[in-house]
Amino acid sequence: MAPLLDVDSLAVTLPSPRGPLPILHDVSLTVDEGELVGIAGESGCGKSLTAQTLLGLLPPGAAVTGSARYAGTELLGLDARGWQRVRGAGIAMVFQDPSAALHPMLTVGRQLTEHMRVHLRMDRRAAGRRAVELLDQVRIPDPERALRAYPHQFSGGMRQRVAIAIALAARPRLLIADEPTTALDVTVQAGILALLERLRAETGLAVAFITHDLGVLSALTTRGYIFYAGRVVETGPTGSLLTAPTHPYTAALLGARPHGTQSGGTLRPIPGAPPAPGEAPPGCPFQPRCGYAEPSCGEAPPPLTPAGADRSVACVVRPHLEVAA
Amino acid sequence: MTTVHDGEPGAVATTASRPRGAHPLLTFLAKRVAVTAGLLLGVTVVTFGLVNVVPGDPVTANLSDQALNDPAAVAAFREKWGLDQPLWAQYLHYLGNLLHGDLGHSQQTGRAVLDDLLHYVPATLELALPSMVLALLIGTGVGMLAAVRNGRLTDQLVRVGALLGLSTPPFWLSLVVLYVFFYQLGLAPSGGRLSTDFSPPPTVTGMYTVDGALAGQWDVAWDAAQHLSLPVLVPTSLTVAMLVRFVRSAMLEVLQQDYIRAAYAKGLPTRVVLRRHLLRAGLVPVVTVSGLAFASLLSGTVLVESIFGWPGVGQYAYRSATALDLPAILGVSLFVALVYTLVNLTVDLLYGLIDPRIRLS
Repeated sequence: MAPLLDVDSLAVTLPSPRGPLPILHDVSLTVDEGELVGIAGESGCGKSLTAQTLLGLLPPGAAVTGSARYAGTELLGLDARGWQRVRGAGIAMVFQDPSAALHPMLTVGRQLTEHMRVHLRMDRRAAGRRAVELLDQVRIPDPERALRAYPHQFSGGMRQRVAIAIALAARPRLLIADEPTTALDVTVQAGILALLERLRAETGLAVAFITHDLGVLSALTTRGYIFYAGRVVETGPTGSLLTAPTHPYTAALLGARPHGTQSGGTLRPIPGAPPAPGEAPPGCPFQPRCGYAEPSCGEAPPPLTPAGADRSVACVVRPHLEVAA
Repeated sequence: MTTVHDGEPGAVATTASRPRGAHPLLTFLAKRVAVTAGLLLGVTVVTFGLVNVVPGDPVTANLSDQALNDPAAVAAFREKWGLDQPLWAQYLHYLGNLLHGDLGHSQQTGRAVLDDLLHYVPATLELALPSMVLALLIGTGVGMLAAVRNGRLTDQLVRVGALLGLSTPPFWLSLVVLYVFFYQLGLAPSGGRLSTDFSPPPTVTGMYTVDGALAGQWDVAWDAAQHLSLPVLVPTSLTVAMLVRFVRSAMLEVLQQDYIRAAYAKGLPTRVVLRRHLLRAGLVPVVTVSGLAFASLLSGTVLVESIFGWPGVGQYAYRSATALDLPAILGVSLFVALVYTLVNLTVDLLYGLIDPRIRLS
């Protein structure tokens, strides 16, 4: 079966005062129907820009090449009307900070129903009924009252639940969640993650979960993509990806994570910083920070190549070494 | 490994509970009335002081040369207007009358200042209201358009246009408008509120267009509206220029917000995003400047009123000031202060109407 979302060799270049800046390079990824896929990496690695590309929300002047097919439809090059049909009803999005992503001056009910009425052609009453069901589904107490309330009257976690209900309102098949728990308290995070997993199990919703938190990645997703400097450097089932990382960057990320190392292990920050867009070295983008780098790493960015069961890695050195686990 | 469990404690939707006692809106209004009373008192003090400090004498400003040479006439003038009293006595006398709603008599017109104001204010109102409504509609629309087309040709043209509008002196624009529409095209009358063939309609609001319509005298209303067209055009275009720049930057800021991207991400058509999400959020700062613009229009535009022979507050203020006509100056000052307070109050109430975060806190 063809995947629900099939991104192939996606590259995005943004305009800047100093000329075009390439941000995404050769990104390929798939999300199957009902699958929870993780996209992880440091901030500025292109995770969010990938999400914006898939919703056609790039700033004016952005140049996109490659292909992104949703349910068989090519997204890149859609006109305004085409995008309107996909957004909300096909692919929906949950943003990082619910306080910023909900309109402060419109009631929850208004924000929950307006696109239902556009996409599902519902009248006011039907949309109202569905809105109550949705709020119930995301566990908002007293849904009828919540419909008349404004976002600022909810706590952060409740706001994110409202935002998820809004994203689901027009029955999308793919939800892109862009760090939906980063702005929330840790105790609230777990509830949101459980909610997403429950929605996936109950409704067959596919979720692309963007995060910088490997703990969240392992707790929630079945398959993961590790981004670095606008490229996918490693991908595979989350379990094996995080227990036996192949790419030096994935391994370093795990080492830099508190509690990520074996008990008694030390926290090892990754030396240096990721390259700024447009300033990546000619070869492997991680090479300047990499402990395994060889002279050949500086020649050309290594392509993503299969490495073991369902895994791919963009590294020419480490997969061939015998690394102590 | 992170454990995942559903539900989170202690997060329930709450509406802000209201403290017991008077309705918050009433408390708010009562406070504002008290502040306004204090403000008006301050205005009388300052105006009284300033008029008496400036060099110049109402006697020389009002009496003819011949009368000035007659000590009896000068003494009579001083006695009539209480100018022979010490300053504090004059002030207390004025305040006493003011408490009874008596603004005194204008030395210039000889009429009660209140009657003068009731005559001039509606003329200014008739000019300010349509100017403001038009400016708001055009300014908001064009400003939004420029913001949405940020950096493109439309935006550039709008910005140049607004800059030109802002740097155009009102008197010059008035003369150009007169030359084009009256002298060259003959489309509009040159000045005054009504053609000489008509007499003013029975006074209800004091605005000839409204009163004419109310009395069913459509020809009078139409004639008044034609007389209004050019004097309205000038303040409108200046206010539009000011609003456009302001609306544009306010809307640009809103366009950066996540909730606008979220609205697009829901698959809403652009016009819905702009009309429902963008406009609503950009309105709060727009209301603030619009209030100030409206208050300044209501306080009278001396140059425009003079060029178009429009008997409004601006002209009255100008003539009173040159004649050092203290009761009239005080009357106008109080009126202007009252206008600004009322407009500010309206703006604050509108904030609450637009933004529930203000209303519910």
